[in-house]
Amino acid sequence: MDLTSINPVLLVASIMVSATPILLAALGEMVVEKSGVLNLGVEGMMITGAVVGFAVAINSGSPLLGFAAAALASAVLSLSFGVLTQYLLSNQVATGLGLTLVGLGLSSLIGKPYEGMKATTLPKLDIPMLSDIPVLGRMLFSHDIMVYFSLALVAGVWAFLKYTRAGLILRAVGESHDSAHALGYKVVRVRMLAIFFGGACAGLGGAYLSLVRVPQWTEGMTAGAGWIALAIVVFASWRAGRVLIGAYLFGGVTVLQLNLQAAGADVPVALLSASPYLITILVLVIISARGAHGAPASLGRAFHASH
Amino acid sequence: MADTLLSIRGLTKAYPGVVANDDVSFDIRKGEIHALLGENGAGKSTLVKMIYGLVAPDKGRMELDGAGFAPAKPSEARRSGVAMVFQHFSLFDALDVAENVALGMENPPKPRDLARQIREVSETYGLPLDPGRTVGTLSAGERQRVEIIRCLLQDPRLLIMDEPTSVLTPQEVEILFETLRKLKAEGTSILYISHKLEEIRALCDHATILRLGKKVATCTPSEVSARELAEMMVGASFATPEAREHARGETLLRVESLSLPAPGAFGTPLREIALTVHAGEVLGIGGVAGNGQDELLAALSGERISAPGTVALKGVDVSRQGPEARRDAGLLSGPEERLGHAAAPDMSLIENGILTAARREGLVKSGFINWGRSRQFAEDVIAHFDVRTPGPGTAARALSGGNLQKFVVGREILQKPDVLVLNQPTWGVDAAAAAAIRQAVLDLAADGAAIVVISQDLDELMEISDRFAALNEGRLSPSRPVAELDIEKIGLMMGGAHDMEVAHVDA
Repeated sequence: MDLTSINPVLLVASIMVSATPILLAALGEMVVEKSGVLNLGVEGMMITGAVVGFAVAINSGSPLLGFAAAALASAVLSLSFGVLTQYLLSNQVATGLGLTLVGLGLSSLIGKPYEGMKATTLPKLDIPMLSDIPVLGRMLFSHDIMVYFSLALVAGVWAFLKYTRAGLILRAVGESHDSAHALGYKVVRVRMLAIFFGGACAGLGGAYLSLVRVPQWTEGMTAGAGWIALAIVVFASWRAGRVLIGAYLFGGVTVLQLNLQAAGADVPVALLSASPYLITILVLVIISARGAHGAPASLGRAFHASH
Repeated sequence: MADTLLSIRGLTKAYPGVVANDDVSFDIRKGEIHALLGENGAGKSTLVKMIYGLVAPDKGRMELDGAGFAPAKPSEARRSGVAMVFQHFSLFDALDVAENVALGMENPPKPRDLARQIREVSETYGLPLDPGRTVGTLSAGERQRVEIIRCLLQDPRLLIMDEPTSVLTPQEVEILFETLRKLKAEGTSILYISHKLEEIRALCDHATILRLGKKVATCTPSEVSARELAEMMVGASFATPEAREHARGETLLRVESLSLPAPGAFGTPLREIALTVHAGEVLGIGGVAGNGQDELLAALSGERISAPGTVALKGVDVSRQGPEARRDAGLLSGPEERLGHAAAPDMSLIENGILTAARREGLVKSGFINWGRSRQFAEDVIAHFDVRTPGPGTAARALSGGNLQKFVVGREILQKPDVLVLNQPTWGVDAAAAAAIRQAVLDLAADGAAIVVISQDLDELMEISDRFAALNEGRLSPSRPVAELDIEKIGLMMGGAHDMEVAHVDA
């Protein structure tokens, strides 16, 4: 095995790229679950975002327009989940699974003409001064705008939930929808907004896969990233900071094991391929086993203002 | 009238199949405590929800201080000066006190100012509370303080209180009354909803009585007896439960040094519980909610098994046996939570009957259910205990609280247990149904069963128990004959006033 073939600067840089789609999707799902809704359709929304973002970027030539379209498409798709579960009171688990199936089918239909094409990717954003720092500059400060956007979103979501009144209401709705309703808050409206936000985030995550990470369109290209995002939310105990840790850990181990495979490590390939899943879950279980779990008390329960 | 704060004229609200309020009219004056009385289902909650803007009336109008008042949502009612303390607390367990208070306010101040205001109000009115504590860790009395403070911070003109004393010790009730009298002296009107007639007589200036959605009377509670009030509520006279003469027999249930760890994050551990109950005897166990009532019932019924030698039924150690084996041996139980613990909400009464009576009543044979006998058993319970239901095939969820309670208690009593353990047998049940349940318990004791009644209703325990013991933080006090006790002594046994102090506003 030749470990010298692994360049640490490139490794860290590619970890950040690899973690961003999952981070975006998990962050959106965390907000949705904080409001008390369990949307299992993350995978479907991600892949819809991936194909719509790719198609729009190809046709318009602007990757940023692609991202915007991806966010909008996935958010609109998630609203169908919202209408079904919040107004028609359908079962959240079954509807979420259905959303994933719809997303997978829809995306391969839309994506057929775009297979094998290559879109213009996002430009690297060299932050003045900082990107000139040797080693660190290339590692941390020479990425595209979506990487920084996702990190800013982590801080934004954290501050929103902790410090703003709207964030408090969102947490209250997820904690006890009956109490929130008794105090006069619009439970369904709050949840629809959260679902919309979660859909938009999943769409951005998907578009990042097809426009930056890969960057081209192949059918089923999310390959379970949405499910990983869901698991990260749970194991991160519904906290934005831990979602960040989980996503970067998963991204990190994914990139590392690919590098190890390329370097010819003396470990079975199957084990290496499984390692991101194993290690992420192991670490997050250890984190969450120490403290309170903090699942929103109304998570997954249907709300109807019948009394 | 100039001194009328809220005037209600002809309010009517109908739900499919039932008229919850039918042409209700009354006035609440400024600075008075006005009681709203009625059985379960009399329409008190619906009326209050209309005042608070949660439900829109079909007909009728309200006037607040002479101006038309028709809140479309609670925030409008709050802006007009109407605040409400809910019966089933509208609190969020995972959030802290300050966040809970902020959620109930229209324009909450900055967190630091809010914490200071909470401290100020809590000191002024004798309701000590730490703004930073998580609500899930508070006792029932403390949770109520959160609700009250939330209301007081908005300087309400009308404060609505829905069954505020059901979770308090007698000392805490006294202190709450002191707070309410201060508020009244400051000119705040209070609409006070309660089942407890003696409290209403002690506290309220006027009372409006509802029956089946209609107003039947407005009276001055201090001028009529509790019995007259009760009869106005029910619309008929009913018998007070009476114990038949009977001898005290041998020891049927003996518990010794029973300790169990808390079952969950918000549970209570049991610490060195000891009790004995004899045949023909009712042991009443009082205490404020959350002091180990549910845990004690689970340990006695067999839901949680305990160390060997701690629970003996008729001299035989059953500590390591589950509920099924204990039921076979003659120990039956009725837990507090009707829906989800005592009964499966979406299953029919027949099926719910089978769930506990299958073996004792022979409803199951070689693994197959005998539906004929099961239906007969459910019909027997319905007939004996006057359960109002369309039939035994009705889902448990569809019954009103009182009727379902009669069914789940009756289901156990009809199985002729040797030992019966009940937790809150008449919680949320109207006066007539409660009297019927208590009478059935007394009759069962007279026939030689040993009965443990865990309850937060002290009047109930005084009425039916022979001996009384109090649960406090998972410890059970030694039991004493009820004849030797009065409310004050019982309050001290229950752990006193839990660090509350009397309000010290100079009114």
